[in-house]
Amino acid sequence: MAIELKMPALSPTMEEGTLAKWLVKAGDEVKSGDILAEIETDKATMEFEAIDEGTIGEILVAEGTEGVKVGTVIATIKGDDDSATPAPAAAPAVEQKAAESGAPAVQDAKAKAAAAIAPKSDAKPAADPELPAGTTMVPTTVREALRDAMAEEMRTDDRVFVMGEEVAEYQGAYKVTQGLLEEFGPQRVIDTPITEYGFAGIGAGAAMGGLRPVIEFMTFNFAMQAIDHIINSAAKTNYMSGGQMRCPIVFRGPNGAASRVGAQHSQNYGPWYASVPGLVVIAPYDSADAKGLLRAAIRSEDPVVFLENELVYGRTFDVPKLDDFVLPIGKARIVRPGNDVTIVSYSIGVGFALEAAETLAAEGIDAEVIDLRTLRPLDKETVLASLAKTNRLVVAEEGFPVCSIASEIISICMEEGFDHLDAPVLRVCDEDVPLPYAANLEKLALIDASKIAATVRKVCYR
Amino acid sequence: MVPDNRIGIHKRFADADLRCEPVALGYRLTLRSDPTEPEAARKGNPDLAKSPRPRANTPAAKPAAKRAARPTATASGSAEPIIASSVADEAAFALRSLQQAHANNKRYDASDEELLKFYEQMVLIRRFEEKAGQLYGLGLIGGFCHLYIGQEAVAVGLQSALKEGHDSVITGYRDHGHMLAYGIDPKVIMAELTGRGAGISRGKGGSMHMFSTEHKFYGGHGIVGAQVPLGAGLAFAHKYRNDGGVCMAYFGDGASNQGQVYETFNMAALWKLPIIFVVENNGYAMGTAVKRGSAETHFYRRGTAFRIPGMDVNGMDVLEVRQAAEVALEYVRAGNGPVLMELKTYRYRGHSMSDPAKYRSREEVQEMRDNHDPIEGAKAELLKRGVTEEKIKEIDKRIRQVVAESADFAETSPEPDVAELYTDVLVETY
Ligand SMILES: Cc1ncc(C[n+]2csc(CCOP(=O)(O)OP(=O)(O)O)c2C)c(N)n1
Ligand SMILES: [Mg+2]
Repeated sequence: MAIELKMPALSPTMEEGTLAKWLVKAGDEVKSGDILAEIETDKATMEFEAIDEGTIGEILVAEGTEGVKVGTVIATIKGDDDSATPAPAAAPAVEQKAAESGAPAVQDAKAKAAAAIAPKSDAKPAADPELPAGTTMVPTTVREALRDAMAEEMRTDDRVFVMGEEVAEYQGAYKVTQGLLEEFGPQRVIDTPITEYGFAGIGAGAAMGGLRPVIEFMTFNFAMQAIDHIINSAAKTNYMSGGQMRCPIVFRGPNGAASRVGAQHSQNYGPWYASVPGLVVIAPYDSADAKGLLRAAIRSEDPVVFLENELVYGRTFDVPKLDDFVLPIGKARIVRPGNDVTIVSYSIGVGFALEAAETLAAEGIDAEVIDLRTLRPLDKETVLASLAKTNRLVVAEEGFPVCSIASEIISICMEEGFDHLDAPVLRVCDEDVPLPYAANLEKLALIDASKIAATVRKVCYR
Repeated sequence: MVPDNRIGIHKRFADADLRCEPVALGYRLTLRSDPTEPEAARKGNPDLAKSPRPRANTPAAKPAAKRAARPTATASGSAEPIIASSVADEAAFALRSLQQAHANNKRYDASDEELLKFYEQMVLIRRFEEKAGQLYGLGLIGGFCHLYIGQEAVAVGLQSALKEGHDSVITGYRDHGHMLAYGIDPKVIMAELTGRGAGISRGKGGSMHMFSTEHKFYGGHGIVGAQVPLGAGLAFAHKYRNDGGVCMAYFGDGASNQGQVYETFNMAALWKLPIIFVVENNGYAMGTAVKRGSAETHFYRRGTAFRIPGMDVNGMDVLEVRQAAEVALEYVRAGNGPVLMELKTYRYRGHSMSDPAKYRSREEVQEMRDNHDPIEGAKAELLKRGVTEEKIKEIDKRIRQVVAESADFAETSPEPDVAELYTDVLVETY
């Protein structure tokens, strides 16, 4: 019986990849553990191993082929052992089976969820107004933009160094520090043991001692091991020392839900850090903001918590080609101007908000979308000015609803924008539960464009 | 005072030929040969001390002759566990005593039946994990999925010495093998991996977060190192209730560097908690080879500062693992406090499904597969004992069937009911 070899998903977020190289050809005998092919994703090159014994039947996707969708049959193996495990049913068959038994089709739901995550091409944020006219724009992924920001600061300031788990030799668990070890060497790009509390403290101490550490947490879920140093050591020292002892450090890494990694790996800590005086908290969405704000964070004399998002790392946006592109901390940005209603968001929520705005535009609702970019200090003026114009406001946040950034925005609108309100301010947040693993439940728990659009209709009484 | 004393002891017994192999260890420690006041006799759990030795048929209890060669309390006829009695005073701290006992008698004297069972359990884990890898590739499993392939002998060897449902087990996110070794149904594990309602966590936990209180398997934890103090808490509960149970807490070479591990060592030793700390040293923490992340790479020595005896164990031989478990359990069950075991093992696959594993050579992996595979090792041993090829094939076939059924179940059973989204957040309503 021939076994179909399918393009494997090699990471939680992979949808397609490049079949870089075949290491076997038709007719080759293979056994479990043999390397069959090399597959490239945007993050890494992976080896694809045989699980069954047999003879390679046919190679169906030639090497060098790009954009091979996960699940595509790439080759067949003729089994020569009757006890060999048959490959599980092809994905479409699974769907059918699931449909027959009345279960939701997982594959389908996953594809739809992925489609919902990708912003529409015409839903790109407007260019930053502070740019000189005629600036060349370079399409850049968020991942590259962050790396470029660190590299540029490291070139001009030798006090800057990067430290964290797998940041050097492995090039970053999410490849954000790619190439930094090569350029700056092991003295400035430092792999740590799995010791978050320890290296956050060492980073804070190094900052107090005059250096400019950039501390990467593999994800902010693991920064909970280190939160004492972020808050008690980094955030409070300047105040306690009467302004004498500073702690200019950046704590950065991915934050929020990724893709089906479960409750312990999926939390948005924005509201936690944003509640602490003495910290600056930044959570950008697109590449230009990621770059301009990370450079500003590294230059800041204050401790900065810089929250990224794994699902956004691979998205491409224009970045202005300027030698010294640094953005102001504490300034929100109107990414889509509109007149009827304001949607306030940050990080991955901005993508959903823009998508919702497109849907709403087709229904005759002209939504303005604000990207907060910095969560502390919060740019109240931009929010309140927009509210004065539209008189209706919705906050969209990928995170828990209770004691959230949304809660904060709502109280600002109550305290300082009450006279402008034509409707209550509503929030669209994740469900108030630890994030579940199951595909259907995860999708239900997280925010998306349609949930935002539905809430906007509510405040517009439509 | 203490260091002097220690040197004195060292000198005094240097001739007694009680040294551990100095080459392998890099340092020398002696066993005390004149226990003036056996601590276990004073402080040991009186119930345990009175009760007959558990598993009288096991080699741990058998070779009285071998033991008699060592000047211990047991050798002189007491029913006390030999090791405990050597912890008599400051200088005679028996850090190496368990290692010595293990070195003296390395391999468990398994019956054919037992060895067949170990083989079957290891094959079950191997096939299960291969299938999980396959389902991941098809998109049926999402998120992070860490496979246990290569490390099978550790969970099987150690847990076969535990009383399932009585002794507690806790580990990190690489947890499928420990669950299978504790007799948990592969179907509900696989269904959890595919995120279905019939999964052991109702689809809400996924690969990294699985639990069975019924089996006393306490997870399944995604935060590196967190399971170590949690394990000590489980041990605390055993001691508190005086139920004779122990906890086995597994963690990785990488996890060994977390601060909370050492906070736990101190309290576990201070309070003599019944816990076995098991470092599964598979050579790497994601892309970080042990020597790049650890100043002391001999993890079994890391309890020294807390007076926790260490054991250095070959984790690729299920019989060595099992024998080491016998020694450690005897010590812990007697009320002497924690043991730290380092199991030298190897993971064949990447850290998780999304790790390209470029930090090591293909040859290195191949060498382990070819020359140290725990399953091949057990198989060779079975054949040597005269177990037939057919009998082994029969097991292989049966296991393939079990795994295929679990995959089928995991693919076809429905996703959780949407109402499950809001259940289990809190236990009570307020
Ligand atoms: C506190 C924390 N930091 C980082 C991680 C990310 N992480 C998951 S597994 C891992 C490596 C652990 O290696 P080791 O302890 O040797 O166990 P192994 O994976 O080899 O079984 C890392 C860094 C995490 N889950 N939790
Ligand atoms: Mg490891």
